[in-house]
Amino acid sequence: MTAHYSALLIVVPLVVAFMVTIAGWIDKRWCFPLSAAALLATFLASVGVLAEVQQNGVVEYFMAGWEPPVGINLRVDHLNGIVLVAIAAVALLNLLGTRPIVEKTYADRLGAFYTLYILLVTGLLGITATGDAFNLYVLIEIAALTGYALIGMGPGRASLSSLNYLFMGTVGASLYLLGVGYLYLATGTLNMVDLAARLPEIYDSRLVLSAFILCLAGLCLKMGFFPLHAWLPNAYAHAPSPVSSLVAPLVTKVMIYVMVRVMLTVFTPVFAFERLQLGGSMVWLAVIAIVAGSFLALSTRRLKRMLTFIIVAEVGYMVGGFWLGNRAGISGAILHIVNDAAMTFCVFLAAAAIQQRNEGETIDDLQGLFAKMPVTMAVFVVGGLSIIGVPPTCGFFSKWYLISGGLAAGHYGFVAALLFSSLINLVLFFRIFEIAFFEPFTDHHGGHGHGGEGVHGVAIEEAPLQMLVVMVTAAVMLFALGLYAGDIVEGFVTHVIPAGIL
Amino acid sequence: MRALALITVLMVGGLLFYGLPDFPDWGDPVSPASTHLSPFYIEQGAADTHAPNVVTAVLAYYRGYDTMFEAAVIFSAGLACFFLLRTFQQKSEETRLYRHIPTGVTLRIEEGGKTPAGSEEFEPIDSHWVPYDMIINMTCRLIVPFVQLFALYVIAHGHYSPGGGFQGGVLFGAAIILFAISHDLRSVFRRLQEKAVMFLSAVGVLIYAGTGVVCLVLGGNFLDYSFLAGMLGVDAVMARSHGILIIEIGVGLAVMAVMVMLYYNLSSAGRHDEGL
Amino acid sequence: MEAILSSFLTKYNYWVFIGLVMIGLYALIAKRNLVKKIIGMNIAQTAVILFYVSIGAKQGSTIPILDSSHGHDAHHAVQAIDYINPLPHVLMLTAIVVSVATLGVALALAIKVYQQYGTLEEDEIQAQIDKT
Repeated sequence: MTAHYSALLIVVPLVVAFMVTIAGWIDKRWCFPLSAAALLATFLASVGVLAEVQQNGVVEYFMAGWEPPVGINLRVDHLNGIVLVAIAAVALLNLLGTRPIVEKTYADRLGAFYTLYILLVTGLLGITATGDAFNLYVLIEIAALTGYALIGMGPGRASLSSLNYLFMGTVGASLYLLGVGYLYLATGTLNMVDLAARLPEIYDSRLVLSAFILCLAGLCLKMGFFPLHAWLPNAYAHAPSPVSSLVAPLVTKVMIYVMVRVMLTVFTPVFAFERLQLGGSMVWLAVIAIVAGSFLALSTRRLKRMLTFIIVAEVGYMVGGFWLGNRAGISGAILHIVNDAAMTFCVFLAAAAIQQRNEGETIDDLQGLFAKMPVTMAVFVVGGLSIIGVPPTCGFFSKWYLISGGLAAGHYGFVAALLFSSLINLVLFFRIFEIAFFEPFTDHHGGHGHGGEGVHGVAIEEAPLQMLVVMVTAAVMLFALGLYAGDIVEGFVTHVIPAGIL
Repeated sequence: MRALALITVLMVGGLLFYGLPDFPDWGDPVSPASTHLSPFYIEQGAADTHAPNVVTAVLAYYRGYDTMFEAAVIFSAGLACFFLLRTFQQKSEETRLYRHIPTGVTLRIEEGGKTPAGSEEFEPIDSHWVPYDMIINMTCRLIVPFVQLFALYVIAHGHYSPGGGFQGGVLFGAAIILFAISHDLRSVFRRLQEKAVMFLSAVGVLIYAGTGVVCLVLGGNFLDYSFLAGMLGVDAVMARSHGILIIEIGVGLAVMAVMVMLYYNLSSAGRHDEGL
Repeated sequence: MEAILSSFLTKYNYWVFIGLVMIGLYALIAKRNLVKKIIGMNIAQTAVILFYVSIGAKQGSTIPILDSSHGHDAHHAVQAIDYINPLPHVLMLTAIVVSVATLGVALALAIKVYQQYGTLEEDEIQAQIDKT
């Protein structure tokens, strides 16, 4: 069975998704255990694939037994190996952690919720594993459609935000599809490796350049790269909490992975970095994205909305790091895909727990929360420190690589933007910590806890135990990823970067 | 907004036009797209799968993995509509409407009044006036079975002529929707319950993915139908042909069910009452 | 001028597809009504389908359904030049399904928006949001 790990990774959740629908109609109690079992199997398979990649190099799987370009292949190397593990881990943890909220909110449509959830994860895994440019489009649409549905079910303005996300997402996917069409017209193939082999002789063709720009524009739209980010804050902030802690860590990160993959494997660095000399301008766009994202985050007082603007800035980190075009920059960008998934998950899950207990959604409603939800706030602090980039959390290490990449490339604007954004993040999070820790808890029960140790009268009202366990696991992961950052870079990321890049 | 739209449109259009001079001429038989990969499919397709319709061979066999996700996409769409729109709590209205079936007369019953529920001759309706057109009803009653028969033909004959699971499934779904339009949603629910539709859509895609899993269990790669040969008692090429038929049936079921599910939820805004 | 004209004549399918993409995109961005936006989105997706199907065309060829249907010697006679390229058609079957699915979900969301705000005009919805 080891030879089939890469296929099982996608097939198991897909098959179970349909079973969950059927189970939902027969007995709702089966939905959760089935989903959890499927995602656990997926996680184990992804670890298995990664181990195999570590041992034998690239793992290929030929669907229907046909080698590319005739058939479709899955192609897992060091790059998507770690992304696959990250997706599977976050999806599993989020499923376990958000169960209490989901079972309360969607009691009447539990089967549909879990089916859409697993299909979304399947789509993301498929995007990451596939070696075929068109197959990638189909899977992007699976992940997107299920995402629209899950987001649209949120409270308040969610359906409108989701519809706008659908418009933008469809345009992005269509642009990517047009780009693939141009490539197909120019080469007659859809397989990524085959494309890379057939493209160099026609690098001068206008078709290749238009295809390149179309793909890049489509992917930038899908990943929410400033100024194409307009859909992102609304969609993620209005989504139901169990969904936003799934899509916010994963979807944009997977799209950044796709950009890295398309640039490194299909167009190859020779075309992307050397012939076009596009790097400089893309990094400047990233600088704008980082600065704008930080300012937008500063301008809102709503907790989840602030976090989504931080994502916009983080997208800028990764895009900028990649387009620096040197070893440290690309390593930082790839490391940050994994780290950002982990830390975004951490803060969004904590935010979900907070919203579960707290009615308001602005940061002013967080008063006295350290006393009320100590564990949740501790996890939130760890996540916040990691986003700021405080050692030994993982956020520090990827930022370190990004900054050294910026210095090596002599791109001081990017370095300045990173430092500036860290500073803003510091302000953002400490503003929250201050409100939650120091300001008195204005409760009607007469809790007179003023300063010092006086938190008497404030009942601890923690999130459900299941959620706490998952949150603490996620927080520990942030430290673990930080401690092993060097090993991850040495063991995996260095193999990804083509030899020509210094 | 208009200026923004114009700028965006001109940028995208300009980008698309920029590549145009290097396009091969339309219908050029020596363009890369026509010479690199596609000749293999045309020359090998029928020999590998016994399906003279090369599109079917590529769709369901060489690129069957894509098609599986295509079925999954349509399944997710159906499920998404259900998830977003379905409302389970019944609206309690003060007045209720009933139609006397033999005469077509509408009864209006105020709150507290005695309802003719349980009577064979009355049916509950939702809007004040529902047209009851005998000609349309009869015509659709006559057409529906033939459309359904044709749909089955399209599914089964996908190897030899344009057609296959998607087209046949859409036709079958259209037949049911036609019936729903000419009568009303409630009369369709009596014949095809929501639960059954949901079940069929999941089973359809499961047939597809399950076939792939069976191939995997029998020692082949995922979706490699040749490994079904032993189970079906035919040679490898014929096994692929049968494999294609099996997954086309699965796709047909799923597409039919999803089309109906979309109509159920969109036409009644999830209330599952009388509909349009 | 002559070059443009001849380019139009030899590639008119591609010209039409670009025009349709532009129309669809314009409607998607500029229109205020959500259903009109959805229609614009659909036009743009259909344009992409036209583009792909145009790639498949080959002059002097017929649809990719082989003539000598039965029998094992079929592949001896098959010449790729006689049949159009099946691959774009396969891809577009997928894309059609995707666009139908997107349309379905978009309409479902539009219904939900209408249930919530009682209108499908964007500026009226915005006015309601600003009020609260």
